[in-house]
Amino acid sequence: MEYLYYPGCSLESGGRPYDESLRAVFRALGVGLSELKDWNCCGATMYMSLDETTSMAISARNLALSEHNGSRDLVAPCSACYTVLLKTNRFLRESPELKQKVDRILGEAGLKYDLTVAVRHPLDVLVNDIGIEAIAQAAKRSLEGVTFAPYYGCQIVRPERGFDDREFPTSMDRLFERLGARTAYFPLKTRCCGGMLMTTFPDVCLDLVKELLQCAAENEAQCIATTCPLCQINLEAYQKKVNKMFGASYEIPVVYFTQLLGLALGCSEQELGLQRNLIALKAPLSALVA
Amino acid sequence: MKSRNAIPGSLPASERELRQTFLQQARLVPGAERITRCLQCGTCTGSCPVSYAMDISPRMVIALFRAGQIEEILRSRTIWICASCYMCTTRCPQQIKITDLLYALKRTAMDKKLYPDRFPVYLLSKNFVRLVNYYGRNQEMLLLLLYYLKRNPFELLRLLPMGWSLMRKGRIALWPKKIQGVEAIRKILGASRALELPREKDKADYDKTMVGYGAVDAGRP
Repeated sequence: MEYLYYPGCSLESGGRPYDESLRAVFRALGVGLSELKDWNCCGATMYMSLDETTSMAISARNLALSEHNGSRDLVAPCSACYTVLLKTNRFLRESPELKQKVDRILGEAGLKYDLTVAVRHPLDVLVNDIGIEAIAQAAKRSLEGVTFAPYYGCQIVRPERGFDDREFPTSMDRLFERLGARTAYFPLKTRCCGGMLMTTFPDVCLDLVKELLQCAAENEAQCIATTCPLCQINLEAYQKKVNKMFGASYEIPVVYFTQLLGLALGCSEQELGLQRNLIALKAPLSALVA
Repeated sequence: MKSRNAIPGSLPASERELRQTFLQQARLVPGAERITRCLQCGTCTGSCPVSYAMDISPRMVIALFRAGQIEEILRSRTIWICASCYMCTTRCPQQIKITDLLYALKRTAMDKKLYPDRFPVYLLSKNFVRLVNYYGRNQEMLLLLLYYLKRNPFELLRLLPMGWSLMRKGRIALWPKKIQGVEAIRKILGASRALELPREKDKADYDKTMVGYGAVDAGRP
């Protein structure tokens, strides 16, 4: 199995642990992951807010490059990148007018895209392509005694029904339960963390983050496992601000789901970038970081 | 509420112009015409995690659009505070593309400059686009620097402790670098601009007597 890899701008900076742990996990499972050469920014929500056609064209450049590289599936871990690339594919497919425009624009840059590339999220690839059983077979440590809150965020299964249910997905739940962990009751599993609102409307965003932390704390989760770099930063780096604003005392570690998976697969702390997390893991998770 | 002409269905010129810009933007959203199916059930408002902070609820946005009061929507806080979580779109019983239509409204407002000076969302988007156009990738640190310096430098000071702890952990990319294909990005930009300019002529395509939500059907690709 071979996949093309689109890290996205976040994973080179704030989301570095995600990039490191994702590569480590794929390596441990013997699945090929090769970075798309010279990928460009997907445009995220901000480009889309300014100019849709250009945003689509810029995003489509990555798809055109992937096609050029053999049309393998493109794995995009960052929720925003995943949504934008998927949306580009869908819009180009459904709107002939847009496809025509984008084709012309790409043509000027010497590129061509024929809608043959599938955009995948790593959680989807792990659970559905590689399979939970195969991962369980490869596991070196059990996650017995670990209670985690599966936080999917709002982007990876919406708006179209992708690889899991749009409101109550269970991919992470099933995966980690098979590895021995216990899923905490966490009904806010797809509730928005506020995303970029942390920069534009921080008060509102901190309130949303507080709701999520409260839910995890109430249900005795030892950590929150996320799939999105922005969610991870909002939930982890801003916990102090949330505490200050609401007079709370949350101290919940927030890990990327690939970091948790990597622990089960026997990867080291360095390989998973765990030393980069701001809130240290507590027992029994800390015991797994041998 | 502005006073209206006695003739039902007629709109003031400013409203018509905004409407046309919005419809042009909405054209690129497949399924946008389903906005006509709204039954005002309020599921969208009930599902929205930030509706409590909005001045116009998502449900009201659609009602106002159909009542010919798009200007009110464009001047609201609502379109900017939408976090793009798609919960409304997921639950809408008529499958209306609320989030994507809100994006179209955002673009319309920016196109018509209907936002206050130093407005956060516009500042962020503008700087993001500048960085991507220049480097081919977004540089998180540069983006936040440019954004906060213009918006409120003191907020930058308050964020320093967090920035420092992230930097210590190696989670801030310090040196921006251009991708090799940055020329391709420039070409894409140039070609896109050239394509969009004829928009002025497109206005003639719209039947000037079309008002109300019937106009959406006329604008369907």
